[in-house]
Amino acid sequence: MAEKQAPVAKSSNFIKAVFAIAWKDLAAELRSRELLSAMLVFGMLVILIFNFALKLDAKTRITATSGILWVTFTFAGTLGLNRSMAVEKDRGCLDGLLLAPVDRSSIYFGKLLSNLAFMFIVEAIVLPLYSLLYNVNLFNPGLLLVILLGSVGYIAIGTLLSAMAVQTRTRDVMLPILLFPVIIPVVVAAVEASGGYLQGMDISELRYWINLLLVYDVIFIAIAFMVFDYVVEE
Amino acid sequence: MNKKPVILLVLDILSLVFLAVAAYLALSYAPMEATMGNVQKVFYFHVANAWVGMLGFISAGVAGIAYLRSGNPKWDIVEVAAVEISLVFFLIAILLGSIWARPAWNTWWTWEPRLTTAAITEMIYLAYFMLRNGIEDPNRRARFSAVYTLVGAVSVPITFMAIRLFRTIHPVVIGSQSAQAQGGFNMSPDMEVAFFFSLFTFTIIFADLFWHRIRLGNLANKTEELKLKVME
Repeated sequence: MAEKQAPVAKSSNFIKAVFAIAWKDLAAELRSRELLSAMLVFGMLVILIFNFALKLDAKTRITATSGILWVTFTFAGTLGLNRSMAVEKDRGCLDGLLLAPVDRSSIYFGKLLSNLAFMFIVEAIVLPLYSLLYNVNLFNPGLLLVILLGSVGYIAIGTLLSAMAVQTRTRDVMLPILLFPVIIPVVVAAVEASGGYLQGMDISELRYWINLLLVYDVIFIAIAFMVFDYVVEE
Repeated sequence: MNKKPVILLVLDILSLVFLAVAAYLALSYAPMEATMGNVQKVFYFHVANAWVGMLGFISAGVAGIAYLRSGNPKWDIVEVAAVEISLVFFLIAILLGSIWARPAWNTWWTWEPRLTTAAITEMIYLAYFMLRNGIEDPNRRARFSAVYTLVGAVSVPITFMAIRLFRTIHPVVIGSQSAQAQGGFNMSPDMEVAFFFSLFTFTIIFADLFWHRIRLGNLANKTEELKLKVME
């Protein structure tokens, strides 16, 4: 479909389609607020449970904070990813999107953007809340960079796998089982780098982790871009 | 019904004979390792099993890409065969490793990069089979599992690097030496003979099992087709 158009129109159409899909998700979410509220409440509950599970006194907090944050983001993120794809599938929106005369990968990038936006909103609320509750200063530019890179990697592969998971019989449990074994590099690198920044380590010591996150992001966005067609094809 | 090829039969017999020879070489021909004693013998088979696991892992990745490119269902059968063999042999390698690690490292398990990566690979394989079980449409099942194999094949090496980085940067908590150095040794020529023969044997066993499993997959497909025909 897209091949027939002139190359100039094609690239601008592609970007337009990506933003249209992302905007559709955000607009729907702004009206219903069911996804964000679920992710947020869930995220707060995870932090609350960690408080009792790990007895977060001042000493433990220094070492455990980055781990707790990433566990919270990972779990809340799964909830969001599952829901965002399930909505498309249940209401038949996915078929509509597939019929639209746009490149299939623009659907992937559109969903990627909206999922990423939800993730960032949750993080933007969880971080100050955690700072407030546990008296840890989390407003560190290095940490924010790590969270940005980690979230991109997580959502890049999560969007692809959630599109697969919703089409299986056991869809609600399928996503974490598929997703968690393949995002271990993101979790390892993100936890280490965030922990390093929180403990005031030098950037040169954490460079490897940042590089690893960057490499992971690039590789998995590229893979998802290449194979997304096979996942949504009927 | 196609008959079992003669070469496959030869491979079957070779696998059995070589396995017996490899066992003899490992258990009796290779000299006793000075510090670890008998338990070191497990090493010959442990490495060979992990090797087969690796071969299966790589074959699965290649088959996954080939399926996505060609859409030919035979690659799906190859992919499942490779994943199944790799799953079993990695599991054996992990168990044998644990048996060796108990006396050598004084623990059944440590979060060493190779161990952890093998365990995560097993998790990816289990997820792979759960994914396959959850999809009824054969075309979609083949497509999704090929995509997941590809994702797994790319993520496992990155995981290995990440965990190795994690280990080298981290202070060593247990013991003063690194876990990798503990239980290291140099092979004598006799040991090398036993070791490489064992690797060779398990490569033959891999080829044999792989072929069998692909044949089984083809036959299962044929049965499925016949069943559908009867039902019509």
